[in-house]
Amino acid sequence: MTHRLDARNLICPMPVIRTQDKIKTLATGDRLEVTCTDPGALNDIPTWCRINGHRIVQTRSKNHEIVITIEVGALGQ
Amino acid sequence: MTPQRKAVALISGGLDSMLAARLILDQNIHIEGINFYTGFCVEGHTHAIRNKDRSKPKRNNALWVAEQLGIRLHIVEVIDEYKDIVINPKHGYGANLNPCLDCKGFMVRKAVEWMRENDFDFIITGEVIGQRPKSQRRDTMPVVARESGADELLLRPLCAKLLPLTHAEKEGWVDREKLMGFNGRNRKPQMALAAQYGFKDYAQPAGGCCFLTDENYARRLADLWAGRGQRDYELDDIMLLKVGRHLRPRPHFKLIVGRDEGENNFLRGYTTRFTHFYAKSHLGPLVLLDGEADKRDVRLAAEITARFGKGRNADKVVISVHEQNGEERDLTVTPLTPECMPQEWYL
Ligand code: SF4
Repeated sequence: MTHRLDARNLICPMPVIRTQDKIKTLATGDRLEVTCTDPGALNDIPTWCRINGHRIVQTRSKNHEIVITIEVGALGQ
Repeated sequence: MTPQRKAVALISGGLDSMLAARLILDQNIHIEGINFYTGFCVEGHTHAIRNKDRSKPKRNNALWVAEQLGIRLHIVEVIDEYKDIVINPKHGYGANLNPCLDCKGFMVRKAVEWMRENDFDFIITGEVIGQRPKSQRRDTMPVVARESGADELLLRPLCAKLLPLTHAEKEGWVDREKLMGFNGRNRKPQMALAAQYGFKDYAQPAGGCCFLTDENYARRLADLWAGRGQRDYELDDIMLLKVGRHLRPRPHFKLIVGRDEGENNFLRGYTTRFTHFYAKSHLGPLVLLDGEADKRDVRLAAEITARFGKGRNADKVVISVHEQNGEERDLTVTPLTPECMPQEWYL
């Protein structure tokens, strides 16, 4: 199942924190599409995913907006 | 088989907490990191708002440390709870508006809560005796342990040998002999240990881990409180204190002036909350007005906006004024001359 998170206009690390808190409510295998505007998230969200066992499926940029799709891993949210 | 013990490590992103966690990882303890976001934390990204900083690599140091150590990191947002620490610190402030001792006690207390909720056994921090004049002295170490409620569950691996035995040592989960006895402001022992572990590229210790230790930032925060007549803040306020030129031409309002395109873009995100100005006839900054302003104040703000744009030497500049209530109008003004802008206005 694909979920969405609006993290636009938030400055890092807030997009990471919102992603982390949202993922806590999801199940392994679910997908989360995070939309953000702080380019710092391009580094931080993938790093956070790597260390917490989630997978980045896709990263897209469009008109100053970044959309990062994450697949929730099995490490325990 | 005895269960593997679990420790939660406070990870600031600096070298000391990284080394402390590494020493305990060596002792076959499962570690997860916790990092608190107060809103004042020094983060690469907020520096990168300005154009000139864009080319520098951006990273969140706490995440970087966790990745280097191969541990999970939980970032906990404590913005609201932290307000009371900044506004009413029981132990007062350090050199600026940094309530370090109260802050340490608060973070360890939050870590105790996290430890209990997640069934962990003890807490580690990267504190070193004598490292900081106020919050890391021999006599303040017990204050943090006591006021946080952590007591013997708090282990400081970098200076443990100089402190009384803690629970993890008494239980034999951790071998005290393999811990350190670092003391004082000399950072050579930490750097030597970092070299031993092969840690490179770690964040260099600056004045502190947050903006409250920064003199300019603290002055702006004190001014915000004085201007509003109350010691309070929202996240937006403390973010805006990091960005732009701040001027207080009158006691009841101040202006935030973008210094480049990066800052103007950032300030644009706040235009629904503030009366704002920009030049229509020339290139120039976006300016936010924080406070109360009557007609004369609005004109003054428009003249200042004109002063900071390309039309600064023109006779007339057309300024677009957007009031907070959504009303829009143009004002034609003469840019204020530098002589009419006393240094005391600049925060
Ligand atoms: S520098 Fe800031 S974050 Fe660090 S202990 Fe002091 S008040 Fe807390």
